[in-house]
Amino acid sequence: MPNIAFVLLRRMQAPLIVLILAYATAVLGFVLIPGQDAQGAPWRMGFFHAFYVVSYTATTIGFGELPYPFTEPQRFWMIATVYLTVVAWMYAIGVLFSLVQDPAFRALVKQMAFSRAVRRIVEPFYIVCGYGDTGSSVVRGLTEAGLRAVVLDMNPDRINALQLDDLRSPVPGLCADAGRPDNLVTAGLKNRYCAGILALTNVDQTNLQVTITSKLLRPELLTIARAHTADSSENIRSAGADHVLNPFALSARIVGNAVHAPSLYALDERMTSVPHEPWSPPLNPPRGQWVLCGYGRFGQALHQALLGEGIQCTIVEADTRIAEHVPGCVLGRGTEADTLQQANIRGAQAIIAGTDNDANNLSIVINARALNPNIFVVARQVHRDNEEIFQKAKISLVMQFGNILAGEVFSIVTSPLIVDFLRLSQHKEESWASELRLRIRNMMGEQNPDRWSIDVRSNTAPALSLAVTAGVPVSIGDLRRDPTQREQLLDAIPLLLKRGEEFRMLPKEAEVLQKGDQLLFCGPKRSRTRMLGTIRNPNTLHYVLTGEDRTSRFLDKIAVR
Amino acid sequence: MNLQKVIFAFFILSALTLNFGFFYGDIENPAHHNVYELFVVVVVNLIATVLKIGDRTQLGAVLLATSLVADLQLIAAAITWGVVVNMMPGGMTPDHMTSIVSLSGGALLANVVSVVLLVVDTLMSRR
Repeated sequence: MPNIAFVLLRRMQAPLIVLILAYATAVLGFVLIPGQDAQGAPWRMGFFHAFYVVSYTATTIGFGELPYPFTEPQRFWMIATVYLTVVAWMYAIGVLFSLVQDPAFRALVKQMAFSRAVRRIVEPFYIVCGYGDTGSSVVRGLTEAGLRAVVLDMNPDRINALQLDDLRSPVPGLCADAGRPDNLVTAGLKNRYCAGILALTNVDQTNLQVTITSKLLRPELLTIARAHTADSSENIRSAGADHVLNPFALSARIVGNAVHAPSLYALDERMTSVPHEPWSPPLNPPRGQWVLCGYGRFGQALHQALLGEGIQCTIVEADTRIAEHVPGCVLGRGTEADTLQQANIRGAQAIIAGTDNDANNLSIVINARALNPNIFVVARQVHRDNEEIFQKAKISLVMQFGNILAGEVFSIVTSPLIVDFLRLSQHKEESWASELRLRIRNMMGEQNPDRWSIDVRSNTAPALSLAVTAGVPVSIGDLRRDPTQREQLLDAIPLLLKRGEEFRMLPKEAEVLQKGDQLLFCGPKRSRTRMLGTIRNPNTLHYVLTGEDRTSRFLDKIAVR
Repeated sequence: MNLQKVIFAFFILSALTLNFGFFYGDIENPAHHNVYELFVVVVVNLIATVLKIGDRTQLGAVLLATSLVADLQLIAAAITWGVVVNMMPGGMTPDHMTSIVSLSGGALLANVVSVVLLVVDTLMSRR
């Protein structure tokens, strides 16, 4: 990156030379032209006085004729000096202003400020590429969770929005193409505090490029990329992305879960939503006949998921090119009553408004309700700005890609085990899920639980990893003991134990931890803080394990002395 | 033939030759050192400095540094001269002249380095 001072000076070359020459000419003239002192004796101005006179004249300060009143030839030269030097200054200032307003130069200044801001971050941070609906809610979630983020986006409006957004920690943003490796390096890809890179732009090609760049420059970094087609998902996965998120597949999974096992859906939602938010009421989507409006990528993904659950759908699609390939398809947008009637809306149990237009989707919902007041409604919300009207429409299940992706990304970043947990819970029965849901409900009431993971080998759990390495038996139950009073147990549910490549759902309390184990808990925030204290502080861990308080013993010793 | 290069070399060489012209002579004798020549040396050196800005190569950086060194020493010499002539009760003495000329001698050395680098670069690019 070029140095700003040199860029400035190089462009100022011509004005600077003009200024030097103007000053030199003016000074030399005053030195050479004869003058007279107060008594009328001949007197010549020295370089010192000449430079003094030119300095105050050129800057239009004009102290007058110093040190003695000028002779006529000197006044003559003064006229020349005034026009010469003042014009030279105006030229220089004009060039400077046009340079400062030059878009390329301003972009350079912004880039410098951005890279300085990134270099000042001395804690783990994530590079977020794309600050649309998804990117902005991920950044909000990260900053709320006390993590740092850096944003790259092509669109200057979004970078302006980032600067106006009220976030908990400063988030540097740069308007630049994330697909270019040098921009990623400017954003701190090679920085040792960089913890991961999240490619969330809506262009699959850019996300692929970001993945390739990050995997070639920093293979160990966590890379999460968004992809919109199965083809590009596969492409990005083979480029080495740790997680590839397809909003269509995620939506299909959510709807599939909601139908397959409502409790599982509720569990999924609680695990991927922001902690301590009031929980949404459980859904009970009906089986039976569904109407699916809009058979684009979204509609097709949902259709597959519903077919997998054995649910029959009547498809409504306006595009004849798509409709002719779908047997039994009703032609139309679904915003008109007769199209819906053709699709037998009165006999249907549920409707999905899945077009890529929010106004149409809401219109479908309103029309469907008018014809069948008790119908279960699923709607796709395309733009985040329409949040309020979708809430007012009292839709049972709103699918908004930004929120869905952001929740998923947030879970992966804050506790990667959640993704494994949710994947494994897909294979469990409804009864298992509803039992677990009941346990969480008893513990948390009407709030979403906090989630945290414990990694026995890492330096985030120094006390615990030391103890386990030394062969001290520490069970999961021990970790649940309250560090202020070990007879009491903290409210927390161990959800998953990862040992090597093996996963154990809901591990037993008596299970003894081994080196390299990873554990996932959920519970209230209070438990999280206390448990994290136990695994970090050797004295606390010792007390929790044995009931013996090392700190007070140490204080006793001092007191005895 | 490139006019820009002619101007560039002209100013760098002039900076050296004028500097030498001022420096040459009895170090203590004010009659051997012309104040107009010092003025022209300062101006030509400043212009040479501005011309050198903007070359991003390693050589360009060293050239700019030599010019900055010469500027500093020459401006110091000019200020000394101005102070001595206008503010010292005794006016110009051999002592003061010596310090002015030795400052310009330092600048001369920097200008020599600058010209040598320019010549070396020219010869290298010929090959």
